[in-house]
Amino acid sequence: MSAGVVILNASSLPGDAFDASLSAVESAFGLSAAVKKWHPPLEAAFDQFRRQYNSTVLLAEVLKTASEASVKRIAVVDVDLFIPVLTFVFGEAQVGGSASVVSTHRFYNQFYGMPRDDSLMMARLQKEVIHELGHNFGLYHCRHFECVMRSSTYVEEIDMKSTYPCPDCAGELASALRLKRRSG
Amino acid sequence: MNSDTAILIVDDERVVRESLTKWFMEDGYAVGSAEDAVDAIRQMQNRRWDIILLDIKMPGMDGMALQQRIIEFDPGATIIFITAHATVDTAVQALKSGAFDYVTKPVDPDYLSHLIQKAVRDRALIRENVRLKEQVAEYPKINDLIGESPSMQKVFELIETVAKTDTTVMLRGESGTGKELIARAIHCNSGRRYFPIVTINCGAMSEGVLESELFGHERGAFTGAQYRRKGKLELADQGTLFLDEVGNIDMKTQMDLLRVLETKQFSRVGGNEIIKVDFRIICATNRDLEKAIEEGAFREDLYYRLNVFSIFVPPLRERKADIPLLLDYFVKKYARAMAKPITAISPEAMDILVRYNWPGNVREVENAIERAMVVGKPSAIRPEDLPFQLSEKNSSAQAGSLAGMEKEHIARILEQNAWNISRSAEILEIDRVTLYNKINKYGLRRP
Repeated sequence: MSAGVVILNASSLPGDAFDASLSAVESAFGLSAAVKKWHPPLEAAFDQFRRQYNSTVLLAEVLKTASEASVKRIAVVDVDLFIPVLTFVFGEAQVGGSASVVSTHRFYNQFYGMPRDDSLMMARLQKEVIHELGHNFGLYHCRHFECVMRSSTYVEEIDMKSTYPCPDCAGELASALRLKRRSG
Repeated sequence: MNSDTAILIVDDERVVRESLTKWFMEDGYAVGSAEDAVDAIRQMQNRRWDIILLDIKMPGMDGMALQQRIIEFDPGATIIFITAHATVDTAVQALKSGAFDYVTKPVDPDYLSHLIQKAVRDRALIRENVRLKEQVAEYPKINDLIGESPSMQKVFELIETVAKTDTTVMLRGESGTGKELIARAIHCNSGRRYFPIVTINCGAMSEGVLESELFGHERGAFTGAQYRRKGKLELADQGTLFLDEVGNIDMKTQMDLLRVLETKQFSRVGGNEIIKVDFRIICATNRDLEKAIEEGAFREDLYYRLNVFSIFVPPLRERKADIPLLLDYFVKKYARAMAKPITAISPEAMDILVRYNWPGNVREVENAIERAMVVGKPSAIRPEDLPFQLSEKNSSAQAGSLAGMEKEHIARILEQNAWNISRSAEILEIDRVTLYNKINKYGLRRP
């Protein structure tokens, strides 16, 4: 059976580091998930002046890998991402589309001068993977404090939310998934 | 979701427009973009934009000049300048020209997110402020109540005295004397004026409906209760509950209401949760409650709870001196509302209006003038513009037949109450069967 969600691992994390994320994705979306190693042309997204990587360019690269439009693909990179008008982004997704990208760069405690905490980093990654995939399934940002779809503009906000959508978002997600199944 | 808020991004750089559009779409905002001033103005003509993110440096008309054009279109639009080249001078100039804020590219996502949320909150507060100002302007003041007769002056004194207290007030008087207006005047001059006054017409509802209206209900409390619903008692929390036609409440609801008045707490129909409330009660009735107690139709303990401070609103026939004032007030009111240059009442019409008994009180005066303003011609209301029954009344009163007067009076009351037999019988203070007999006797027919 082919996977409904593919995590494209372009980070330095080993494949088995994603086990918890895969389970969380399968549990949140009810779709099978798989991890694949990916080597994107990072230099195409690199901005010499900002010393950061343009997430929109990377998103276009994710789209190029798609063989089936119905499969959601999320790239995990560990370079610092930006969109031109903002100083940085944790990730970017197509709302209602099939591609998204998320960076671990600012999930590491060391980035903020704090002691290394790998489990905290993985928890942050897991939440943002589900968050960006939620956008792919048509969900918008949510105001519920603990909802995974709550917007996070600094890392502590990611820590405060849960891995799960709130009942409202879960309802919308269920409708989107029903529609997806019906359209095959 | 923020789909109620529309954001327009005006920037000549496509990547900026696209990245901001995506960013705001994830928040659920309605987003549009324009590449220059001409495009922005076109978009402004197509729909309303709440927040406009405006690049300062653009080819053609720059952001500063465009801001002035936007203000002409929509002075209420929230404008945030966004630029890659910040200088103190341009920032000061932008803020002085009325911009909400000023950000430089690239902007911190947290800062931008909070700035937009603050703009949305500010806009909601401005809207609420406008709404509240309009509401406060409509509050009836004691000075707005019309009446120079000694009996009405006494009523105004009582309103002023009781308004400042939290005492339960009972307004008594015939239908149409303006009891609800007085209840609103008391509320609007009380310490609870910034909270709602919730009105419930107890006479217009059956037992179960009134109970549900007062106490609210839980989902599934009865057939058709698909959702939990707050009752009027809950809605009146901190404010005033105005119980109109309180004399018509059924015995079961009287008992429930008494318990709420004593404990200031209740549960919704079909629920167990105890809800605590704090409200003032003003009630009104045109019924003889003392007689209703004797007949066992009204609880004596509830009567004493409600009848703490009683204000009797005199019928218009007992304060004929106020009739010209009321007539003048309503002529001006409807001349303004209908934009009709009728500014006076002819002496002949005034003679009829002053001599008339006005059984429907102030409400009847208003209806009569409204009708006369519709059919009348500038610049004064004439006798032929008055409702038929007034002229009829006048002529039959001269004829002096008792049976004729009774027939005419019953016909008028029926017409005023849209042939509602129960209400007409109540006003006439006869039972429904007697009213049916008299309708048959005089051959009255529903129009």
